This record gives sequence, structure tokens and C-alpha cells, in this order.
Amino acid sequence: MATETQTPADEPLPPPPLDGVDDHGTFDQPPHEELHGLLAEFDTPGALIAAARKVKNAGFTEFDCYSPFPVHGIDAAMGIKPTRLPLAVFAGGVVGLAGGLFMQWWMNAHNWPWNVGGKPTWSIPASIPIAYETTILVAVLTTFFGMWAANKLPQVWHPFFRIERFATVTDDALFLGIEAGDKRFELQQTKQLLVAAGATHIEECYVDTRPEQTQVPRQVWAVLTVVTIVAIIPFALAFKARASKSSQPHWHVFSDMDYQPKAKSDQAFDEFSDGRANRGEILGTIARGQLKADTALYQGLREGAWITDLPADIVPTMAVLNRGQERYNIYCSPCHGYDGGGHGIVPERVSTYAVWEARNLVASNSIAITMANGQLYNTISNGYNTMMGYAAQIPVRDRWAILLYVRALQRAQNAIRDELPANTQVR
Amino acid sequence: MAATEAHDDHGAGQSARAVFRGITHDVTSIALTPIGKWWYPAFGVALLLLGLLVVAITHLFQTGIGIWGNNNVQGWAWDITNFVFWVGIAHAGTLISAVLYLFRQDWRTSINRSAEAMTIFAVACAGIFPIIHTGRPWFAWWMIPHPNDMGMWPQFRSPLMWDVFAISTYATTSILFWYMGMVPDLATLRDKSKDKVRQVVFGLLSLGWRGSARQWHRYERAYLILAALATPLVLSVHSVVSFDFATSQNTGWHTTIFPPYFVAGAIFSGFAMVMTIMIPARELLKLRHIITDAHVEAMCKVTLATGMMVGAGYSIELFTAWYSGNIYEWFTFRNRILGPYAWAYFIMVTCNVLVPQFFWFKKVRTNPWAVVGLCILINVGMWFERFVIIVSSLARQALPGQWAYFSPTRWDAMTLLGSFGLFFTLFLLFIRFGPVVAMAEVKSVSPAAHAGKDDH
Repeated sequence: MATETQTPADEPLPPPPLDGVDDHGTFDQPPHEELHGLLAEFDTPGALIAAARKVKNAGFTEFDCYSPFPVHGIDAAMGIKPTRLPLAVFAGGVVGLAGGLFMQWWMNAHNWPWNVGGKPTWSIPASIPIAYETTILVAVLTTFFGMWAANKLPQVWHPFFRIERFATVTDDALFLGIEAGDKRFELQQTKQLLVAAGATHIEECYVDTRPEQTQVPRQVWAVLTVVTIVAIIPFALAFKARASKSSQPHWHVFSDMDYQPKAKSDQAFDEFSDGRANRGEILGTIARGQLKADTALYQGLREGAWITDLPADIVPTMAVLNRGQERYNIYCSPCHGYDGGGHGIVPERVSTYAVWEARNLVASNSIAITMANGQLYNTISNGYNTMMGYAAQIPVRDRWAILLYVRALQRAQNAIRDELPANTQVR
Repeated sequence: MAATEAHDDHGAGQSARAVFRGITHDVTSIALTPIGKWWYPAFGVALLLLGLLVVAITHLFQTGIGIWGNNNVQGWAWDITNFVFWVGIAHAGTLISAVLYLFRQDWRTSINRSAEAMTIFAVACAGIFPIIHTGRPWFAWWMIPHPNDMGMWPQFRSPLMWDVFAISTYATTSILFWYMGMVPDLATLRDKSKDKVRQVVFGLLSLGWRGSARQWHRYERAYLILAALATPLVLSVHSVVSFDFATSQNTGWHTTIFPPYFVAGAIFSGFAMVMTIMIPARELLKLRHIITDAHVEAMCKVTLATGMMVGAGYSIELFTAWYSGNIYEWFTFRNRILGPYAWAYFIMVTCNVLVPQFFWFKKVRTNPWAVVGLCILINVGMWFERFVIIVSSLARQALPGQWAYFSPTRWDAMTLLGSFGLFFTLFLLFIRFGPVVAMAEVKSVSPAAHAGKDDH
């Protein structure tokens, strides 16, 4: 290996213009400035590589080369170890893949199992495209942010930025910087080393240690504060809206067909002479299916009196009774109880706080027993005292079926021994 | 040994620095000195077209997609045609920056920056259409999986959701790749700027880049990784776009050839677009010595190759339709050639299959204005390819009672023209204020980058 300091005799070293350095090697250093390091300029990429190797071989570790483009071959000369970024990217890709698959499984198969045309809620093949994209996305984000983090960027300020010549590092210049913090650093010797390495220019770099120079400028803090406050405003408004009440209708940026040029029933509408949107029935007409001429069936009346028999259409068969039982259990039992005794779940609950009883339909003295069939049907349809009518919920024939079932309950609850079938009688 | 030789070619070193300075000067002077007079009318026209887009979209939001020519049969028409067209344009940028980087095609460094910019602006144009065609675009954010009071999640087995992920991943990756590649050049602009505003803006954007070798090391590795990630990504994106069609049951769409055929078409149209805008741009910006005729020739060859792939795609599609023995499939393709949209089919075949054949001739490849003319025709042809696939297939599906003919409205036309306005507005702003050429990369592949090295 050639001697590091050897220089060709016919090539005199360019005299280093040591700005601010007097003949005795002392520097008129301002008291508040501190030496950061030396910055040496080189002419060619080859010279920079050679110098970097020389500085590394001299035992320096706190040094770096600066160039307008990546100088190939300098990594080995400087002894830069290969970055571990690829490992991080691989980990990011694995996280992206697992996350993409988990997201699809959790959202479409677990949290809300989504039936699409009877296909299984979870299957790998249909999940591949999105998992593929999330793999790449997370790997890309890891690469991008990992690289900047490892490079300790953004860093808007660096001591070398104080040196005017350093601005050409993004243009045509090649530099090698050695930091004063390196344990091998000794101003004059290091300078000699750089001269011997072929530097065309060497400059000392100082940092100003005065607090007003090292602290973040006040204007930057002001801008950051304003930006932070402005950024909070939308969230603050959203929180205020969630926590407070307003009688004003909310803003409709997009009306979403909420407001349409149409009138709903029972709205005021000036275009018609009666001022109503609802047109009602036309006089002298009956709508289809609304004739209801069979008053016995529909109203429980025949010639103005409650019927005591059944309408001609209602035939008391076992099927009708079963239907009546089912409907009764749905609509009537909550108050009147399954046996008609008035002990349904509603009066049971209410009894904790107040006294209210549903009518006992089956007691021998109950009005429900003495009522004519027509009137009992009318009661189911239109209500009685505090009971509401069920005409809106229960179709006509189901109401008659319920009536028949109530009659059966009454008969069963008030049976006397001799009326029971012989084989069920007990002593 | 290194030190002894380092000084031998001192003279060459000087010229190396001159080479670097020349590159810096030619590129930064575009952004830092007043631009040529041509820029202002060009920017005015672009802004006017962008205004058309704003008007068209505002009217669309107020009224609904009934303003377009879309009807019950043609639920997709120019909207999705424009979407696929712009996504396709975008792909050439990624191909140039990522795939050619992996293949160590050094000629790419002169055009990759502007091609990447084109990618991002084209993705911006493309991204508009799927959102505005939904009818109620203000609910577009429902496509992003997020916990909400409706307990509602996206349906991930829909290719339209795959599209959401593919396009947004692609947009993110393209922007990060573009920006990362620009940081050293933004630092150059920072150091070359004379006025305070530019110094601060470029200073913030360049993140304090100082060209340190330790930083370059990680930077280059990250660039390589991003290129390696962007390559499979770009192939997946247009494949996923083609799934929008291929996974449906429609005749003319339900075709396994779609993914590769769409990707080839995307690269084809994208290269044509790169040349359409970069050949005039290099003249106007005086970059002919950086983006040389050799670069144009290389791009012409890629266009010719991908054009032939597209032509092969058309033939195989036709053959498969006939060979399948499926009368509905065969009808759809006969209808493309002989039906009411025959005019569109023949525009497509002429522009995409016949026009690129001119690139066999070196005389054509080295005549920049002939290249621009042919590339514009290719762009027209590629727009019509998507139009033919979408509109002519939907126009005549299996039930003749549902046949219809699509006629665009003025709003369709305004939206398409307006998307060009957005594209050119962004592009003109970029070449006015940004680093148009990747200076650091051009320097690193120039012979001067190896000046004074032992092994050269």
C-alpha cells in the first residue's frame, strides 16, 4: 500500500487559503463561537474518494462527504455500512399484508358478516387485490419515512450552511467535512491531513453559541402557534356541535333529495281551493275494496243491533280457533293474560307503581261475557275505556277469530263439572 | 495510490465541474429566471379549460349525472372512459422512473422527472371521474374504511373497492417517489435562489438536504426499493382497473386477457403522452441537449413495441370471441366492427395499430414534429379504445329491448376538455417553478461523475 501522505513531486500542492488563520496557526476566534469542524473542497469525485479513504484510514469517524450527486465508490472509501432500511421495508410489507387481510376479514366477515350472493363471508382469493395494495402501501411508507428518519431529516439548519461556499454543494462542488468532536481531531494536524489529501480549499466552520442564535426564532414559534390554533378550530366547532343544542335546522350543504317539489299528505298546499294537499275521497264514489256492505262482518251490526250469532262468513272451525289463539297471544295476552284473567305482563309491571288492572275477560260476572258477539267484536276493533282499538293492526277475520277464542276461554274458565267430557272428570 | 492519481487529471476535473455547473444552470434557470413569453398564453388557455371543468363539475353537483349522456343502458360512458384514459397516461411515468431504473436504462434520467410529474397530474385527473360519476360524490369518503355511526364497512369483494385501494396506493406512491426524487434538486433550487420567498419555500421543501454521502447512501437504497415496489404496483393498478370490467358478466368485458392488454395499452398511451408534451417542452425550455433525439427514439421504440402488443390484444380478443362459440360474445365483437359504433372501432384500430407502424422508420423517429403528430393520434386512439370497450359493449347487451345509442352532451365534452385543463395547468406550473429535470441523476450518470477515479 502506498504511503498515504505521498504526493507527486511535480504537482505542487495548491496553497490552502486558510481564511482567518495567521502564520502561527492561531485564530482570532470570537468568544461566543465554537469550532464545529473543517470543510475541505475537492475537485473531482476521484479526489474526494481518495481523500475520504485517507481520512478514514487516519482513524477519523466523525466525518462526512458532501456532493451534488451520489458519488459511487465513496461508501467503501468512507467505510459506510449498508443501511438496514431493507429490513424495515420488509417488516413494513409483512405488516401491510397481515393488516390488509385482517382488515378485510374483520370488517366483512367478523364485525359485519356480509352476505354477497350467498358466497362465504371470508375467502382468500377475493381478498388478494386489496392485501396486495396494502402490502405495497405500507412498504412504501416505511421506505419513505424510514429513509428520512434514518438520515435525520428534515433538519433545516446545519453548521456548514454558514459557509458560503457550501451552497455550491448542490451544484458542482465536492466537500469533505471533519467534525471537531472527533477524538482524533487536532486543528492544525487535521488541516495538514486534508491538504495532503488534495483539498483545493479548506475552511474552518464555527457555530455561534449565543442563546439567541441557537434557539428557534420567535417568528417560527409564532407561525407554529397560529397554525396549531387554526388547525384546532374545525375540531372545536365539531365538538361544540356535538355538545350543544340548537333550534336551528342543520346546514344542508348537499340537500340529498330531502327537499323535493312535492306535497306530502296533511300538509298545507295553497294551489288547491281548500288549502290542503290531501284530496280526500271523491263525493259519491267508493274506492275499490272499501264497500264493506256486510255490516255484520265489518261492524258486528245487523239492522242497527249487535249481532249475537256470527257473520255468515265466519265458520267456527278448529283452524279458526287456533288462529284466534295465536293472534290473542300476540295482541291481547300482554294485558289480559294468557288465560284471559287480566294478569298480563303489563298490569304486573305497572302494579309496582300504581294500581291498574286489565279487564278480567273470563270472570263469571265479567261484562265481556254478557256482551253480544257484535259488541265484543266492536270492542276489539275500536277499544273500550282505556283500551285502544286494534282495527289498524288486526285484519277483520283475525278479530273474529280472536273473539271466538275469547268465547272458548270464557267457556273453559266457567265450565261446570257435568259439562266436562266423561274421561276428564275427576272427583 | 488513490491520492497519487487523484491529481493526474486535474484538468479533467475542472471540466467535470463545468459539466455539473452547466446542468445546474440549464435546469435551474428555467425555474429561477423569467420564463419565455410563450408560457403566459399557454397557461391562460390551460386555466380557461380548467374553468370549464369547474363549471361542469359545479353544475353536475347541483343537478346530478342526468346532465351527461349516460342512460339506463349506458351507466358508464365518457366518465369511466376518461378515468381509464388518464390512469393509463399516468403509467408511463412510473414505468420510466421505476422499471427503467431497475433495468439501469440511464437515458431515463433526462425525462423521468417530467414523466413522474405527468403521472401525478394524470392520476389527479383520473381520480376525479370515479368520484364524480357516483351521483352523490359527497359520500365518496364512505369508500374509505373507517368506524362510523352507521356501523357500515366497505364491501371488499367488489372490484370497485379494489380500485379505490389500487388508485389511492398508486397516487400515494407516485407522489412520495416523485417528491423524494426531487429533494436534492429542490436543495439546488434553494441554494441558487436569490429571492427570499423561493429560498424559504425551497428550503422547507428540501428538508435541509446537504448531499452528505451517508445520506446519499440511504437515499439511493430507498430510491431503489421504491422503484422495486412501484414496478409491481403499476402492473397491479391497471390490472385492477381492468377487473372493473373483466369480473363483470357483460359480453365484451368478461375477458381474461384484459389485465395484460390494459397494462400494455397504458404504457403505450403514456409514452405517447410523454412525447406529446416533452418534445414541445424541450424546445421551449431549451433542453434539447439534455432530452436528446436519442431519448425520443428510445421512447418511439417502446411505443412501437407496446402498440404491437395492443394490436395483438385486439386480435386475440376477436379470435377468442369467435373461437368461444358463444353467440353473445361473438355478436358483441361483430357489433363493434359492423354495428353503430364501427366508426369508433376503426378510429381505434387506425390510431393504435397502424399509426405506430411509422416508428419502424428512423426518419420518422428522428423527426420530432412527426413524432408529436403521431403521438397525438395515438392518444386519440387510446381514448377511443376505452370508449369502444365501455360504450359499444354496453349499447347492445343480450336483451335487444335494452339496446340504446349513447350521445354525449355538452357537459360530457366540457368535463373531458376540462380534465386536460387541469392536467396542463398543473404541468405548466411545475415546469415554471419546479426542477424539470432530475439534475442530481443526470450529473451522476454523466461521464464527469467518474472523473479522477482510479478505475476509469
